[in-house]
Amino acid sequence: MAKARQWEPLDEMSVTPVLDLRGVDKSFGPVQVLHGAALSAYAGEVTALVGDNGAGKSTLIKCLGGMLPMDGGEYLFEGRPVRVGSPREAAALGIEIVHQDLALCENLDVVQNMFLGRERRSGMVLDEAAMEEMAARTLTGLSVRTIKSVRQPISSLSGGQRQSVAIARAMLWDSKVVVLDEPTSALGVAQSRQVLEVVRRLADRGRAVVLVSHNMNDVFAVADRICVMFLGRTVAQVRASDVTHAQVVELITSGRSGDGVEAGRPVPVHGRGTGPGGGAGRG
Amino acid sequence: MKVADADFALDRREQTVTSAVRDYWARVRGGELGALPSIFSLASLVILFTALRPETFLSERNIANLFVQAMSVTILALGLVFVLLLGEIDLSAGVTSGVCAAVMAKLMTEAGQPWYVTVPAALLTGLVIGTCIGLLVAVVRIPSFVVTLALFLGLQGVTLRLIGEGGTVPVRDEVIVALANDNMPIWLGWTLAVLCTAWFAASQLLRWRRQRRRGLARRPLGLVLAQIAVVGAALLGLTFLMGLDRAPSPAIVLNGVPWGVPLVGVLVITATFVLNRTVYGRHVYAVGGNAEAARRAGIHVTAIRMSVFMIASTLAAVAGMVDASRLNSVTPDAGAGNVLLYAVGAAVIGGTSLFGGKGRARDAVLGGLVVTVIINGLGLLGSPAYMQMLITGGVLLLAASIDALARRRQAATGR
Repeated sequence: MAKARQWEPLDEMSVTPVLDLRGVDKSFGPVQVLHGAALSAYAGEVTALVGDNGAGKSTLIKCLGGMLPMDGGEYLFEGRPVRVGSPREAAALGIEIVHQDLALCENLDVVQNMFLGRERRSGMVLDEAAMEEMAARTLTGLSVRTIKSVRQPISSLSGGQRQSVAIARAMLWDSKVVVLDEPTSALGVAQSRQVLEVVRRLADRGRAVVLVSHNMNDVFAVADRICVMFLGRTVAQVRASDVTHAQVVELITSGRSGDGVEAGRPVPVHGRGTGPGGGAGRG
Repeated sequence: MKVADADFALDRREQTVTSAVRDYWARVRGGELGALPSIFSLASLVILFTALRPETFLSERNIANLFVQAMSVTILALGLVFVLLLGEIDLSAGVTSGVCAAVMAKLMTEAGQPWYVTVPAALLTGLVIGTCIGLLVAVVRIPSFVVTLALFLGLQGVTLRLIGEGGTVPVRDEVIVALANDNMPIWLGWTLAVLCTAWFAASQLLRWRRQRRRGLARRPLGLVLAQIAVVGAALLGLTFLMGLDRAPSPAIVLNGVPWGVPLVGVLVITATFVLNRTVYGRHVYAVGGNAEAARRAGIHVTAIRMSVFMIASTLAAVAGMVDASRLNSVTPDAGAGNVLLYAVGAAVIGGTSLFGGKGRARDAVLGGLVVTVIINGLGLLGSPAYMQMLITGGVLLLAASIDALARRRQAATGR
């Protein structure tokens, strides 16, 4: 298909990614899980991080969020090298991670969950009114329409609604990067669409969104860029419009897009083994 | 930004009393029982005992007696609510109250210290015990069940050592004795009752008005007014009842609200405020609901875990002193036996879940009254001790079953 490259390197270079991980290595004892993995996320865009089970997506996200230390590699935030040693430091930079298990308290209501750990106070007491207004405004901004009341306990919400609340929580803070780990994996068709709309809106409001997903339909529905991982390496970082469904699936399963399109294969934007076929040597 | 019409319909629609009642009923059917079981059992028990002992159970004397009896179990249960909110348990709360009472009594009799020295000393003893439990549970990570079971045994030894086998330490300090044995002047009782009612009504109405002005979620005005009416009627009605002369002989006059009642009131109101309106209280609920989520949200889970045991043991010290006041003495078995069972039962009957994350300060009051009515009523019936134990144990099991079943129902209905 896309034999000719459709993206301009200069165009890419002119915009600094908000988040730029390069050459990330990570080992657990003797097992090296990441071999120079890379990931860039741009403001206002959804970057999908795809790869098969065991490709190293979760490990890369954990390094990104400061939950795991990186063994080697560069971590650039807004172009500056930073050290992120803990989730708190990541949050201080403006990186919010929405985990797969959402981390919501079912016994608390929507507002209480959105402000958990960062409650607003007026004097000694909780400023419930301000929190409720801000929560309602944020949810409205993301067009989360199905929640009947912001004072409903989380336990009464559907999976999609919970996911929306978790995303809205990440949105409340002055976050620059929002990482969503498999947000639709447990959801039905309608709920998935609802969540993907929220994801899209999050990017439209200027956030750099990283979407970890297994589902190609989801990826092509919302992603501007796709970052493919294969056995701990980043084998491609491309614009979603430059590749086909089938090519991405091939990259995921074999680390390269086969049948002779090697030359026209989308080239990693960053990453160690740059150039055509860089990461494709394996496979 | 204006909220779009489709969103949060419930927050924006002016709820009518009917729709609120319907919502409430739907919640109850979904397993969110709230105060319903405790109020229901309290009402049926009162009717039952009144029918069985019409001349004694609802006499002025017995009603006052009931409240004095309920004080220590309520205070103990109030502390346990904090622990239960985290899904933990403090089996040593009862004996902690005994140790603290013994410390207080010994300081009074042997060192001749006045109440303003001995009371802080007892509170400090409770705080130290709670800190030890908290450290072992939250930092060392031993299950609270095991830690407090060990202390349940160990602290009985401490009380025994302090008081001596077969000994009894009398409590004679006027202030301490007055707590459960003296009554407020009638005028003070009425003033307090009226002030409390007015304050409750004002705070509820102001909150409702603020919520309406800012377009926030709120209850219908009818329901707010009804709640104010119920609380006011209860406060004023009880003040009236306790104002009646209940002396056994016509020669003397004995009336007024016992001093311990406002003490319990202050503790319950403070606990309600802390749990509902402060960041700390919110974090207690969060850790009880999902400790991992709380940790990721940056909440200091270990500190919260420690703090609830410190609160429970300190309140246990208060309960111990109130009991010492009621009995005018401290014995080696103070706080042992079924004291803890009654308190846990009170919290659970009141609606606090054993699974954590659900419970309120008022549960201690409602549950404490239910437990006390059972003990008091069975006593009036002259039933043997074994019957009292059987029935109280049965009631605790029943309450725990309701809690477990309601929880299952909530999971099933997705509430």
